Amino acid sequence: MTHSGPEPMPETWSTNDPVLSVRNLHKSYQDQNVLRGVEFDIRQGQVKAVLGPSGSGKSTMLRLMALLEPADDGEIRLRGRRIGVREKASGAVALPERELAKERRDIGMVFQKFNLFPHLTACRNVMLGLTSVKGIHHKEAEEQAMAMLQRVGLSHRAGHFPSELSGGQQQRVAIARALVMNPDVLLFDEPTSALDPELVGEVLEVMESLANDGMTMIVVTHEVRFARRVADEVTLFDSGVIVEQATPDEFFDNPQHQRTRKFLSHVH
Amino acid sequence: MEFDVNIFVQQLVNPSYLSGAFLSVAVAVLSLILATAIGFAVALGRTSRIRIAQGVAGIYTWFFRAIPALLVLLIIWNALPQLFPVLRQDWFSPFIAAFIGLGIVEAAFMAEIIRSALLSIDEGQALAGRALGMSPVKVMLKVVLPQAIRTALPPTGNEFIGLVKFSSLASVISLQELLTTAQVGVNITFRYAEYYAAAIVYYLIIVSLLTLLQSYVEKKFVWTSRSKSKKPSILEPVGQGVQS
Repeated sequence: MTHSGPEPMPETWSTNDPVLSVRNLHKSYQDQNVLRGVEFDIRQGQVKAVLGPSGSGKSTMLRLMALLEPADDGEIRLRGRRIGVREKASGAVALPERELAKERRDIGMVFQKFNLFPHLTACRNVMLGLTSVKGIHHKEAEEQAMAMLQRVGLSHRAGHFPSELSGGQQQRVAIARALVMNPDVLLFDEPTSALDPELVGEVLEVMESLANDGMTMIVVTHEVRFARRVADEVTLFDSGVIVEQATPDEFFDNPQHQRTRKFLSHVH
Repeated sequence: MEFDVNIFVQQLVNPSYLSGAFLSVAVAVLSLILATAIGFAVALGRTSRIRIAQGVAGIYTWFFRAIPALLVLLIIWNALPQLFPVLRQDWFSPFIAAFIGLGIVEAAFMAEIIRSALLSIDEGQALAGRALGMSPVKVMLKVVLPQAIRTALPPTGNEFIGLVKFSSLASVISLQELLTTAQVGVNITFRYAEYYAAAIVYYLIIVSLLTLLQSYVEKKFVWTSRSKSKKPSILEPVGQGVQS
Protein backbone atom coordinates (compact mmCIF):
# COMPACT_ATOMS: atom_id res chain seq x y z
CA MET A 1 0.00 0.00 0.00
CA THR A 2 1.53 3.28 -1.08
CA HIS A 3 -0.54 5.71 0.99
CA SER A 4 -0.40 6.17 4.74
CA GLY A 5 -1.91 3.26 6.64
CA PRO A 6 -5.61 3.31 7.55
CA GLU A 7 -6.80 3.47 11.12
CA PRO A 8 -7.99 0.21 12.64
CA MET A 9 -11.71 -0.43 12.32
CA PRO A 10 -13.53 0.83 15.43
CA GLU A 11 -15.62 -1.60 17.46
CA THR A 12 -18.40 0.81 18.27
CA TRP A 13 -19.36 3.75 16.12
CA SER A 14 -19.33 7.36 17.30
CA THR A 15 -19.98 10.49 15.28
CA ASN A 16 -16.26 11.14 14.97
CA ASP A 17 -15.74 7.81 13.25
CA PRO A 18 -16.07 7.45 9.49
CA VAL A 19 -19.65 7.33 8.20
CA LEU A 20 -18.56 5.04 5.42
CA SER A 21 -15.38 3.07 5.37
CA VAL A 22 -13.90 0.52 3.08
CA ARG A 23 -11.12 -1.95 3.83
CA ASN A 24 -9.08 -4.13 1.51
CA LEU A 25 -11.67 -3.92 -1.27
CA HIS A 26 -11.03 -6.24 -4.20
CA LYS A 27 -12.98 -6.69 -7.40
CA SER A 28 -12.13 -8.29 -10.70
CA TYR A 29 -14.05 -8.86 -13.91
CA GLN A 30 -12.95 -11.93 -15.83
CA ASP A 31 -9.15 -11.71 -15.57
CA GLN A 32 -8.99 -7.96 -14.96
CA ASN A 33 -8.28 -6.74 -11.44
CA VAL A 34 -10.28 -3.53 -11.23
CA LEU A 35 -9.85 -2.96 -7.49
CA ARG A 36 -6.76 -4.25 -5.72
CA GLY A 37 -7.11 -3.56 -2.03
CA VAL A 38 -8.76 -0.17 -1.70
CA GLU A 39 -8.92 1.53 1.72
CA PHE A 40 -11.19 4.53 2.02
CA ASP A 41 -12.89 6.50 4.81
CA ILE A 42 -15.27 9.41 4.84
CA ARG A 43 -16.47 11.30 7.90
CA GLN A 44 -19.77 13.01 8.57
CA GLY A 45 -20.08 16.16 6.49
CA GLN A 46 -16.91 15.52 4.52
CA VAL A 47 -16.67 15.91 0.75
CA LYS A 48 -14.17 13.68 -0.98
CA ALA A 49 -13.29 14.07 -4.62
CA VAL A 50 -11.97 11.00 -6.41
CA LEU A 51 -9.87 11.60 -9.48
CA GLY A 52 -8.09 9.21 -11.79
CA PRO A 53 -7.86 8.05 -15.36
CA SER A 54 -10.72 6.10 -16.97
CA GLY A 55 -10.66 2.46 -16.00
CA SER A 56 -8.73 3.10 -12.80
CA GLY A 57 -11.52 1.56 -10.72
CA LYS A 58 -13.05 4.67 -9.15
CA SER A 59 -16.56 4.10 -10.51
CA THR A 60 -16.35 0.44 -9.55
CA MET A 61 -15.56 1.47 -5.98
CA LEU A 62 -18.74 3.59 -5.92
CA ARG A 63 -20.86 0.72 -7.24
CA LEU A 64 -19.49 -1.59 -4.59
CA MET A 65 -20.08 1.02 -1.88
CA ALA A 66 -23.66 1.46 -3.13
CA LEU A 67 -24.07 -2.34 -2.87
CA LEU A 68 -24.97 -2.51 -6.55
CA GLU A 69 -22.31 -5.16 -7.09
CA PRO A 70 -20.71 -7.60 -4.67
CA ALA A 71 -17.07 -7.23 -3.71
CA ASP A 72 -14.76 -10.18 -4.22
CA ASP A 73 -13.03 -9.45 -0.94
CA GLY A 74 -12.82 -6.77 1.72
CA GLU A 75 -15.42 -5.00 3.79
CA ILE A 76 -17.67 -1.98 3.66
CA ARG A 77 -18.99 -0.39 6.84
CA LEU A 78 -21.73 2.19 7.19
CA ARG A 79 -21.77 3.90 10.60
CA GLY A 80 -19.55 1.09 11.85
CA ARG A 81 -21.90 -1.69 10.78
CA ARG A 82 -20.75 -4.06 8.10
CA ILE A 83 -23.05 -3.97 5.06
CA GLY A 84 -23.63 -6.12 2.01
CA VAL A 85 -22.91 -9.38 3.78
CA ARG A 86 -24.06 -11.54 6.63
CA GLU A 87 -21.20 -12.52 8.89
CA LYS A 88 -21.17 -16.20 9.71
CA ALA A 89 -18.73 -18.38 11.54
CA SER A 90 -17.53 -19.71 8.20
CA GLY A 91 -17.00 -16.14 6.91
CA ALA A 92 -18.99 -13.40 5.21
CA VAL A 93 -21.85 -14.45 2.93
CA ALA A 94 -23.34 -12.04 0.39
CA LEU A 95 -26.87 -10.96 1.31
CA PRO A 96 -29.74 -11.84 -1.02
CA GLU A 97 -30.95 -8.99 -3.25
CA ARG A 98 -34.00 -8.28 -1.10
CA GLU A 99 -31.86 -7.74 2.00
CA LEU A 100 -29.35 -5.65 0.06
CA ALA A 101 -32.23 -3.43 -1.07
CA LYS A 102 -32.94 -2.46 2.54
CA GLU A 103 -29.31 -1.53 3.18
CA ARG A 104 -29.13 0.57 0.03
CA ARG A 105 -31.70 3.04 1.39
CA ASP A 106 -29.04 4.78 3.44
CA ILE A 107 -26.66 5.29 0.53
CA GLY A 108 -27.60 7.69 -2.24
CA MET A 109 -26.27 7.35 -5.76
CA VAL A 110 -26.17 9.82 -8.63
CA PHE A 111 -25.27 8.34 -12.01
CA GLN A 112 -23.31 9.71 -14.92
CA LYS A 113 -26.26 9.26 -17.27
CA PHE A 114 -28.87 10.44 -14.71
CA ASN A 115 -30.96 7.25 -15.15
CA LEU A 116 -34.18 9.12 -14.49
CA PHE A 117 -37.33 7.07 -15.01
CA PRO A 118 -38.64 8.30 -18.39
CA HIS A 119 -42.23 7.26 -17.71
CA LEU A 120 -42.52 9.47 -14.62
CA THR A 121 -42.60 13.24 -14.21
CA ALA A 122 -39.76 14.95 -12.36
CA CYS A 123 -41.90 15.04 -9.23
CA ARG A 124 -42.84 11.35 -9.54
CA ASN A 125 -39.21 10.43 -10.07
CA VAL A 126 -38.36 12.02 -6.75
CA MET A 127 -41.43 10.53 -5.05
CA LEU A 128 -40.92 6.92 -6.13
CA GLY A 129 -38.35 6.03 -3.48
CA LEU A 130 -40.49 7.58 -0.76
CA THR A 131 -43.70 5.80 -1.73
CA SER A 132 -42.37 2.43 -2.84
CA VAL A 133 -39.40 2.01 -0.49
CA LYS A 134 -40.26 4.01 2.61
CA GLY A 135 -44.01 3.48 2.32
CA ILE A 136 -44.73 7.17 2.74
CA HIS A 137 -48.22 8.27 1.79
CA HIS A 138 -48.65 9.84 -1.64
CA LYS A 139 -49.54 13.35 -0.46
CA GLU A 140 -46.74 13.53 2.09
CA ALA A 141 -44.27 12.15 -0.48
CA GLU A 142 -45.39 14.77 -2.98
CA GLU A 143 -44.73 17.54 -0.49
CA GLN A 144 -41.27 16.23 0.32
CA ALA A 145 -40.49 15.79 -3.38
CA MET A 146 -41.60 19.32 -4.18
CA ALA A 147 -39.45 20.68 -1.38
CA MET A 148 -36.48 18.75 -2.72
CA LEU A 149 -37.09 19.96 -6.29
CA GLN A 150 -37.16 23.48 -4.93
CA ARG A 151 -33.81 22.87 -3.30
CA VAL A 152 -32.28 21.97 -6.68
CA GLY A 153 -34.12 24.91 -8.26
CA LEU A 154 -36.59 22.91 -10.32
CA SER A 155 -39.98 23.21 -8.63
CA HIS A 156 -41.29 24.92 -11.79
CA ARG A 157 -40.45 21.78 -13.82
CA ALA A 158 -42.06 19.26 -11.44
CA GLY A 159 -44.75 18.20 -13.91
CA HIS A 160 -42.35 17.66 -16.81
CA PHE A 161 -41.07 14.34 -18.01
CA PRO A 162 -37.31 13.69 -18.28
CA SER A 163 -37.45 13.90 -22.09
CA GLU A 164 -38.61 17.50 -21.68
CA LEU A 165 -35.73 18.52 -19.42
CA SER A 166 -32.19 19.54 -20.31
CA GLY A 167 -29.34 17.28 -19.22
CA GLY A 168 -28.45 19.62 -16.39
CA GLN A 169 -32.04 19.70 -15.19
CA GLN A 170 -32.27 15.92 -15.41
CA GLN A 171 -29.16 15.52 -13.29
CA ARG A 172 -30.54 17.97 -10.73
CA VAL A 173 -33.75 15.92 -10.54
CA ALA A 174 -31.60 12.81 -10.09
CA ILE A 175 -29.79 14.52 -7.21
CA ALA A 176 -33.16 15.42 -5.65
CA ARG A 177 -34.30 11.81 -6.10
CA ALA A 178 -31.28 10.53 -4.17
CA LEU A 179 -31.38 13.33 -1.59
CA VAL A 180 -35.04 12.94 -0.67
CA MET A 181 -34.25 9.50 0.77
CA ASN A 182 -32.15 11.27 3.38
CA PRO A 183 -29.07 9.07 2.86
CA ASP A 184 -26.08 8.96 5.21
CA VAL A 185 -23.79 9.51 2.26
CA LEU A 186 -24.31 10.59 -1.32
CA LEU A 187 -22.18 9.01 -4.06
CA PHE A 188 -21.68 10.82 -7.38
CA ASP A 189 -20.44 8.81 -10.33
CA GLU A 190 -19.04 11.39 -12.78
CA PRO A 191 -22.19 13.48 -12.47
CA THR A 192 -21.21 16.03 -15.12
CA SER A 193 -19.40 13.85 -17.66
CA ALA A 194 -22.47 13.30 -19.84
CA LEU A 195 -23.43 16.98 -19.89
CA ASP A 196 -22.88 19.66 -22.49
CA PRO A 197 -20.20 22.02 -21.16
CA GLU A 198 -22.62 24.89 -20.64
CA LEU A 199 -24.83 22.72 -18.39
CA VAL A 200 -22.06 21.53 -16.07
CA GLY A 201 -22.11 24.67 -13.95
CA GLU A 202 -25.71 24.38 -12.72
CA VAL A 203 -25.12 20.82 -11.49
CA LEU A 204 -21.85 21.68 -9.75
CA GLU A 205 -23.60 24.64 -8.13
CA VAL A 206 -26.24 22.35 -6.61
CA MET A 207 -23.55 19.96 -5.42
CA GLU A 208 -21.56 22.78 -3.84
CA SER A 209 -24.60 24.00 -1.97
CA LEU A 210 -25.21 20.47 -0.67
CA ALA A 211 -21.59 20.35 0.48
CA ASN A 212 -22.05 23.66 2.27
CA ASP A 213 -25.13 22.27 3.97
CA GLY A 214 -23.01 19.49 5.46
CA MET A 215 -23.93 16.58 3.19
CA THR A 216 -21.44 13.72 3.23
CA MET A 217 -20.38 13.24 -0.38
CA ILE A 218 -18.02 11.12 -2.45
CA VAL A 219 -17.63 12.61 -5.91
CA VAL A 220 -15.93 10.71 -8.70
CA THR A 221 -15.20 13.44 -11.19
CA HIS A 222 -12.98 14.93 -13.85
CA GLU A 223 -13.82 18.44 -12.69
CA VAL A 224 -10.49 19.39 -11.16
CA ARG A 225 -11.56 22.91 -10.26
CA PHE A 226 -14.61 21.64 -8.44
CA ALA A 227 -12.45 19.14 -6.54
CA ARG A 228 -10.11 21.92 -5.53
CA ARG A 229 -12.77 24.37 -4.44
CA VAL A 230 -15.35 22.10 -2.77
CA ALA A 231 -13.63 18.93 -1.60
CA ASP A 232 -12.11 18.48 1.84
CA GLU A 233 -9.88 15.79 0.50
CA VAL A 234 -8.82 14.67 -2.95
CA THR A 235 -8.00 11.08 -3.84
CA LEU A 236 -6.15 9.79 -6.87
CA PHE A 237 -7.01 6.34 -8.17
CA ASP A 238 -4.79 4.44 -10.51
CA SER A 239 -4.88 0.81 -11.62
CA GLY A 240 -7.24 -0.23 -8.85
CA VAL A 241 -5.40 1.31 -5.92
CA ILE A 242 -5.41 4.68 -4.21
CA VAL A 243 -2.19 6.48 -5.08
CA GLU A 244 -2.56 9.66 -3.09
CA GLN A 245 -4.99 11.16 -0.61
CA ALA A 246 -4.51 14.73 0.55
CA THR A 247 -6.17 18.07 1.13
CA PRO A 248 -6.82 19.96 -2.12
CA ASP A 249 -3.97 22.39 -1.52
CA GLU A 250 -1.44 19.64 -0.87
CA PHE A 251 -2.80 17.45 -3.63
CA PHE A 252 -2.63 20.11 -6.35
CA ASP A 253 0.30 22.22 -5.17
CA ASN A 254 2.57 19.70 -3.55
CA PRO A 255 1.70 16.16 -4.65
CA GLN A 256 3.83 13.50 -2.99
CA HIS A 257 3.72 10.91 -5.73
CA GLN A 258 5.17 10.89 -9.20
CA ARG A 259 1.93 9.34 -10.49
CA THR A 260 -0.09 12.27 -9.17
CA ARG A 261 2.24 14.80 -10.75
CA LYS A 262 1.93 13.01 -14.06
CA PHE A 263 -1.87 12.92 -13.80
CA LEU A 264 -2.07 16.60 -12.93
CA SER A 265 0.20 17.55 -15.82
CA HIS A 266 -2.39 16.02 -18.16
CA VAL A 267 -5.48 17.62 -16.69
CA HIS A 268 -4.16 21.11 -16.00
CA MET B 1 -76.03 -16.74 -59.68
CA GLU B 2 -75.70 -13.02 -58.99
CA PHE B 3 -74.66 -11.34 -55.76
CA ASP B 4 -77.91 -10.83 -53.86
CA VAL B 5 -77.61 -7.62 -51.87
CA ASN B 6 -80.74 -8.45 -49.90
CA ILE B 7 -79.29 -11.69 -48.56
CA PHE B 8 -76.02 -9.93 -47.77
CA VAL B 9 -77.75 -7.16 -45.81
CA GLN B 10 -80.00 -9.68 -44.12
CA GLN B 11 -76.97 -11.57 -42.89
CA LEU B 12 -75.20 -8.39 -41.79
CA VAL B 13 -77.96 -7.69 -39.30
CA ASN B 14 -78.43 -11.34 -38.41
CA PRO B 15 -77.95 -11.70 -34.64
CA SER B 16 -76.07 -14.97 -35.08
CA TYR B 17 -73.26 -13.09 -36.85
CA LEU B 18 -73.10 -10.66 -33.99
CA SER B 19 -72.88 -13.42 -31.42
CA GLY B 20 -70.29 -15.18 -33.58
CA ALA B 21 -68.25 -11.99 -33.74
CA PHE B 22 -68.61 -11.57 -30.00
CA LEU B 23 -67.36 -15.12 -29.40
CA SER B 24 -64.37 -14.54 -31.70
CA VAL B 25 -63.38 -11.38 -29.85
CA ALA B 26 -64.01 -12.97 -26.44
CA VAL B 27 -61.80 -15.96 -27.30
CA ALA B 28 -59.11 -13.57 -28.56
CA VAL B 29 -59.25 -11.35 -25.45
CA LEU B 30 -59.16 -14.23 -22.98
CA SER B 31 -56.42 -16.12 -24.82
CA LEU B 32 -54.34 -12.93 -25.05
CA ILE B 33 -54.68 -12.44 -21.29
CA LEU B 34 -53.69 -16.06 -20.67
CA ALA B 35 -50.85 -15.80 -23.20
CA THR B 36 -49.53 -12.62 -21.57
CA ALA B 37 -49.55 -14.21 -18.12
CA ILE B 38 -47.80 -17.40 -19.24
CA GLY B 39 -45.61 -15.45 -21.66
CA PHE B 40 -44.41 -13.15 -18.87
CA ALA B 41 -43.42 -16.12 -16.74
CA VAL B 42 -41.66 -17.75 -19.70
CA ALA B 43 -39.89 -14.47 -20.53
CA LEU B 44 -38.70 -14.17 -16.92
CA GLY B 45 -37.49 -17.76 -17.15
CA ARG B 46 -35.59 -17.10 -20.35
CA THR B 47 -33.90 -14.00 -18.93
CA SER B 48 -33.28 -15.68 -15.57
CA ARG B 49 -29.85 -16.65 -14.36
CA ILE B 50 -31.25 -19.91 -13.00
CA ARG B 51 -30.43 -22.73 -15.40
CA ILE B 52 -33.58 -24.78 -14.73
CA ALA B 53 -35.84 -21.76 -15.33
CA GLN B 54 -34.00 -21.06 -18.58
CA GLY B 55 -34.42 -24.68 -19.63
CA VAL B 56 -38.13 -24.95 -18.85
CA ALA B 57 -38.87 -21.64 -20.56
CA GLY B 58 -36.77 -22.60 -23.56
CA ILE B 59 -38.56 -25.93 -23.97
CA TYR B 60 -41.96 -24.25 -23.68
CA THR B 61 -41.14 -21.78 -26.44
CA TRP B 62 -39.59 -24.47 -28.63
CA PHE B 63 -42.55 -26.83 -28.22
CA PHE B 64 -45.45 -24.46 -28.74
CA ARG B 65 -43.84 -22.57 -31.58
CA ALA B 66 -43.51 -25.87 -33.40
CA ILE B 67 -46.99 -27.36 -32.84
CA PRO B 68 -49.84 -26.02 -35.03
CA ALA B 69 -52.55 -24.27 -33.04
CA LEU B 70 -55.12 -26.44 -34.77
CA LEU B 71 -53.49 -29.58 -33.42
CA VAL B 72 -53.35 -28.12 -29.90
CA LEU B 73 -57.09 -27.34 -30.08
CA LEU B 74 -57.86 -30.89 -31.21
CA ILE B 75 -55.74 -32.35 -28.45
CA ILE B 76 -57.36 -30.19 -25.77
CA TRP B 77 -60.89 -30.84 -26.99
CA ASN B 78 -60.64 -34.50 -28.01
CA ALA B 79 -57.62 -36.15 -26.44
CA LEU B 80 -57.42 -34.62 -22.97
CA PRO B 81 -61.01 -35.51 -21.93
CA GLN B 82 -60.20 -39.13 -22.74
CA LEU B 83 -57.27 -38.96 -20.34
CA PHE B 84 -58.81 -36.78 -17.62
CA PRO B 85 -62.42 -37.49 -16.60
CA VAL B 86 -62.73 -34.02 -15.05
CA LEU B 87 -62.69 -32.57 -18.57
CA ARG B 88 -65.73 -34.65 -19.55
CA GLN B 89 -67.99 -32.55 -17.35
CA ASP B 90 -70.35 -29.88 -18.67
CA TRP B 91 -68.23 -26.88 -17.70
CA PHE B 92 -65.55 -27.84 -20.24
CA SER B 93 -67.09 -26.06 -23.25
CA PRO B 94 -65.60 -25.45 -26.71
CA PHE B 95 -65.19 -21.83 -25.64
CA ILE B 96 -62.99 -22.71 -22.67
CA ALA B 97 -61.03 -25.26 -24.70
CA ALA B 98 -60.52 -22.68 -27.45
CA PHE B 99 -59.19 -19.87 -25.31
CA ILE B 100 -56.95 -22.16 -23.28
CA GLY B 101 -55.59 -23.83 -26.40
CA LEU B 102 -54.95 -20.58 -28.27
CA GLY B 103 -53.63 -18.99 -25.07
CA ILE B 104 -50.94 -21.56 -24.42
CA VAL B 105 -49.81 -21.54 -28.05
CA GLU B 106 -49.81 -17.75 -28.19
CA ALA B 107 -47.84 -17.60 -24.93
CA ALA B 108 -44.76 -18.87 -26.75
CA PHE B 109 -44.93 -15.86 -29.06
CA MET B 110 -45.87 -13.39 -26.33
CA ALA B 111 -42.88 -14.64 -24.34
CA GLU B 112 -40.55 -13.54 -27.12
CA ILE B 113 -42.25 -10.14 -27.37
CA ILE B 114 -42.07 -9.62 -23.61
CA ARG B 115 -38.51 -10.89 -23.41
CA SER B 116 -37.25 -8.48 -26.05
CA ALA B 117 -39.24 -5.66 -24.44
CA LEU B 118 -37.64 -6.37 -21.06
CA LEU B 119 -34.18 -6.54 -22.65
CA SER B 120 -34.76 -3.24 -24.45
CA ILE B 121 -34.91 -1.31 -21.17
CA ASP B 122 -31.64 0.41 -20.37
CA GLU B 123 -29.70 -1.33 -17.61
CA GLY B 124 -29.35 1.99 -15.81
CA GLN B 125 -33.07 1.95 -15.08
CA ALA B 126 -33.02 -1.12 -12.86
CA LEU B 127 -29.74 0.12 -11.41
CA ALA B 128 -31.33 3.44 -10.39
CA GLY B 129 -34.29 1.62 -8.85
CA ARG B 130 -32.00 -0.70 -6.92
CA ALA B 131 -29.87 2.22 -5.75
CA LEU B 132 -33.00 3.78 -4.23
CA GLY B 133 -33.46 0.63 -2.19
CA MET B 134 -36.31 -0.86 -4.19
CA SER B 135 -36.86 -4.60 -3.89
CA PRO B 136 -36.52 -6.72 -7.05
CA VAL B 137 -40.32 -6.97 -7.34
CA LYS B 138 -40.73 -3.20 -7.01
CA VAL B 139 -38.01 -2.57 -9.57
CA MET B 140 -39.89 -4.81 -11.99
CA LEU B 141 -43.36 -3.38 -11.29
CA LYS B 142 -42.56 0.31 -10.94
CA VAL B 143 -39.55 0.82 -13.18
CA VAL B 144 -39.02 -1.88 -15.80
CA LEU B 145 -42.54 -3.07 -16.66
CA PRO B 146 -44.14 0.33 -17.36
CA GLN B 147 -41.38 0.98 -19.87
CA ALA B 148 -41.39 -2.54 -21.32
CA ILE B 149 -45.15 -2.36 -21.90
CA ARG B 150 -44.65 0.58 -24.22
CA THR B 151 -42.18 -1.43 -26.31
CA ALA B 152 -44.40 -4.50 -26.28
CA LEU B 153 -47.63 -2.74 -27.24
CA PRO B 154 -47.33 -2.55 -31.05
CA PRO B 155 -46.34 -6.22 -31.55
CA THR B 156 -48.96 -7.27 -28.99
CA GLY B 157 -51.58 -5.42 -31.04
CA ASN B 158 -50.56 -7.51 -34.02
CA GLU B 159 -50.81 -10.71 -31.99
CA PHE B 160 -54.26 -9.68 -30.75
CA ILE B 161 -55.51 -9.19 -34.28
CA GLY B 162 -53.94 -12.51 -35.20
CA LEU B 163 -55.81 -14.17 -32.34
CA VAL B 164 -59.17 -12.82 -33.56
CA LYS B 165 -58.49 -14.57 -36.84
CA PHE B 166 -57.03 -17.67 -35.21
CA SER B 167 -60.26 -18.00 -33.24
CA SER B 168 -61.76 -19.28 -36.50
CA LEU B 169 -59.70 -22.43 -35.96
CA ALA B 170 -62.02 -23.19 -33.06
CA SER B 171 -64.66 -24.10 -35.60
CA VAL B 172 -63.07 -27.56 -35.61
CA ILE B 173 -64.08 -27.97 -31.98
CA SER B 174 -67.60 -26.75 -32.77
CA LEU B 175 -67.33 -23.25 -31.37
CA GLN B 176 -69.93 -21.04 -33.06
CA GLU B 177 -67.54 -18.18 -33.76
CA LEU B 178 -67.77 -15.78 -36.65
CA LEU B 179 -66.46 -17.93 -39.48
CA THR B 180 -68.43 -20.99 -38.34
CA THR B 181 -71.57 -18.84 -38.39
CA ALA B 182 -70.92 -17.94 -42.01
CA GLN B 183 -70.10 -21.54 -42.88
CA VAL B 184 -73.28 -22.87 -41.33
CA GLY B 185 -75.31 -20.39 -43.41
CA VAL B 186 -73.45 -21.39 -46.54
CA ASN B 187 -74.11 -25.06 -45.93
CA ILE B 188 -77.85 -24.42 -45.89
CA THR B 189 -78.21 -21.89 -48.71
CA PHE B 190 -75.08 -22.28 -50.86
CA ARG B 191 -74.95 -18.44 -51.05
CA TYR B 192 -71.17 -18.39 -50.60
CA ALA B 193 -70.52 -14.81 -51.70
CA GLU B 194 -73.16 -13.15 -49.56
CA TYR B 195 -72.39 -15.07 -46.38
CA TYR B 196 -68.63 -14.75 -46.70
CA ALA B 197 -68.97 -11.06 -47.55
CA ALA B 198 -70.90 -10.53 -44.34
CA ALA B 199 -68.09 -12.27 -42.45
CA ILE B 200 -65.54 -10.00 -44.15
CA VAL B 201 -67.45 -6.93 -43.01
CA TYR B 202 -67.50 -8.18 -39.43
CA TYR B 203 -63.76 -8.97 -39.41
CA LEU B 204 -63.04 -5.53 -40.87
CA ILE B 205 -65.11 -3.83 -38.18
CA ILE B 206 -63.50 -5.83 -35.38
CA VAL B 207 -59.94 -5.20 -36.55
CA SER B 208 -60.63 -1.50 -37.18
CA LEU B 209 -61.94 -1.08 -33.65
CA LEU B 210 -58.91 -2.94 -32.27
CA THR B 211 -56.57 -0.71 -34.27
CA LEU B 212 -58.24 2.38 -32.83
CA LEU B 213 -58.04 0.92 -29.35
CA GLN B 214 -54.36 0.17 -29.86
CA SER B 215 -53.48 3.69 -30.97
CA TYR B 216 -55.45 5.05 -28.04
CA VAL B 217 -53.52 2.89 -25.58
CA GLU B 218 -50.20 3.72 -27.24
CA LYS B 219 -50.95 7.41 -26.78
CA LYS B 220 -51.24 6.77 -23.06
CA PHE B 221 -47.60 5.71 -23.16
CA VAL B 222 -46.23 8.88 -24.70
CA TRP B 223 -44.35 10.42 -21.83
CA THR B 224 -44.64 14.14 -22.33
CA SER B 225 -46.53 16.61 -20.20
CA ARG B 226 -48.08 18.16 -23.31
CA SER B 227 -49.96 15.00 -24.31
CA LYS B 228 -51.79 15.06 -20.99
CA SER B 229 -53.13 18.59 -21.35
CA LYS B 230 -53.96 18.29 -25.04
CA LYS B 231 -57.58 18.32 -26.05
CA PRO B 232 -58.97 14.82 -26.44
CA SER B 233 -58.36 13.55 -29.95
CA ILE B 234 -61.13 12.01 -32.01
CA LEU B 235 -59.79 8.57 -31.17
CA GLU B 236 -60.32 8.86 -27.46
CA PRO B 237 -64.13 8.62 -27.30
CA VAL B 238 -63.85 5.40 -29.34
CA GLY B 239 -61.24 3.98 -26.98
CA GLN B 240 -63.28 4.85 -23.92
CA GLY B 241 -66.38 3.40 -25.51
CA VAL B 242 -64.62 0.11 -26.11
CA GLN B 243 -63.19 0.05 -22.61
CA SER B 244 -66.38 0.79 -20.72
